[in-house]
Amino acid sequence: MISIQNVSKSFGMQHVLRNVSLEINDNETVAVVGPSGVGKSVLLKLIMGIFAVDHGQILIAGDNITTARSEAEKNVIRSKMGILFQSAALFDSLNVYQNITFPLVERTGYAMAEIQERAQEVIKSLSLQRYLKSLPQELSIGIRKRVGIARALICEPKIFLFDEPNTGLDPIDGREVYDLITECQKSWKFAGMVISHEIPEVFQVSDRVAMLLNGQIEQVGTPEELISSTNPAVQQFIQGKIDGPIKIQ
Amino acid sequence: MIANFGKWILDNLEAWGRAVIFISQTIVACFKIPFRFNLFMTQMYQIGVNSTLVIALIGLFTGAVLAVQAEYTLSQFGATAYTGSAVALSLIRELGPVLTALMIIGRAGSAITAEIGIMKITEQVDALRSMAVDPIRYLMVPRLLAGLVAVPMLTGIFIVVGIFGGYVVSVGLLGLASGTYINVMTDAVTSFDVYSGFIKSFFFGFIFAWVACYKGFTSGFGAVGVNKATTQSVVTASVAVLVIDYFITTFLTQI
Repeated sequence: MISIQNVSKSFGMQHVLRNVSLEINDNETVAVVGPSGVGKSVLLKLIMGIFAVDHGQILIAGDNITTARSEAEKNVIRSKMGILFQSAALFDSLNVYQNITFPLVERTGYAMAEIQERAQEVIKSLSLQRYLKSLPQELSIGIRKRVGIARALICEPKIFLFDEPNTGLDPIDGREVYDLITECQKSWKFAGMVISHEIPEVFQVSDRVAMLLNGQIEQVGTPEELISSTNPAVQQFIQGKIDGPIKIQ
Repeated sequence: MIANFGKWILDNLEAWGRAVIFISQTIVACFKIPFRFNLFMTQMYQIGVNSTLVIALIGLFTGAVLAVQAEYTLSQFGATAYTGSAVALSLIRELGPVLTALMIIGRAGSAITAEIGIMKITEQVDALRSMAVDPIRYLMVPRLLAGLVAVPMLTGIFIVVGIFGGYVVSVGLLGLASGTYINVMTDAVTSFDVYSGFIKSFFFGFIFAWVACYKGFTSGFGAVGVNKATTQSVVTASVAVLVIDYFITTFLTQI
């Protein structure tokens, strides 16, 4: 569903990603983990076509977003994807219901009745009924993330990208968000990519895990394979040790 | 030193290029359908309605001050009868468009830059892109069109209230005959004066929206980035208004 092939990206003299390759299949969830500042969020924005790659290509359900010339071409490919941003990125001036229905209202020619019907489905699934008239600033970060998930799900994406889904959440809310991701994946059957540095919590939602280090994929495997890995960098990261090949920058 | 100067030139050229591309994309987006009328009306309310009171207040006192100054100067030549025309021509041709634009830049321009800057740093602009919604069409087009419509309308309010302020001072406090104030004014003001004032305000509305949105879209990260962008937005737009005012005035006086 997502095919990242030899992707490199630099900002000025800083090489963020170097020849990164990763495949994410249908109905599979892959976690991309790694220390802060290794380029996880940059990878996500390359997939969305928000940043341009320096080298390599990214195929989204067979369409190459890296060669799409215009925003209109990129938008056709983006419409297959949903994303939950770190801060949920809800629109401050819109209430919860307006935020959830926003992509359908703005992007499609659906009748209001159809939009309402689809909205009711995701609102019920994510238990957001009591917050519909609230503004984002009146909500806890946990509820905001749920609204962010609902806003992406209403378009029935084939691919769902999660950028640090439990950032800013307490352990209970963090666990709830991961449970929600698992439940939504079962119901909506999307290919998922979760960017995180929360180990081992992210393992519960992942079929496979890719560890990113120094701009390259250090290891890819099932959570069990990573836990039993002999790679000292992987072990250092999983166990949260200070001493090891990963240097704090 | 020469290298630094060269870099400064190149950086400025690049920034100008980006700004021109940005406004070109916006102008093209203005003609794309569907037109988001509700967003346009929201911006008309934010820029226009919310500024009306302050514009009227400033217009009133500007007219009043102009009347006092004009009466003082003209009295030295025994020409106080021409106070009405001095007040009206000053407001219509120059002070109305310029002061309205400067006030809108300070009040609404800074708010637009801060709003878009905060949307950028909280990933709301990226969220629009991720949902296949063009940020230029959604954020920029309604603000540009509202600027083009609201600034000339506010200029009209400024001028009318300013002339009234001048009337109150001239007739009520300085003892000029009401008929003299009005007759001299209507004789002196031509339709060309009115057109030239509104042509200026139209350009000023364009500059206000362009600079405010562009600075918001290109703001740096964090509170410092938004702060800097907001300050730059107000300073750049204010200076641009005064510079362009000179060129438009020169051009209009030649034809």
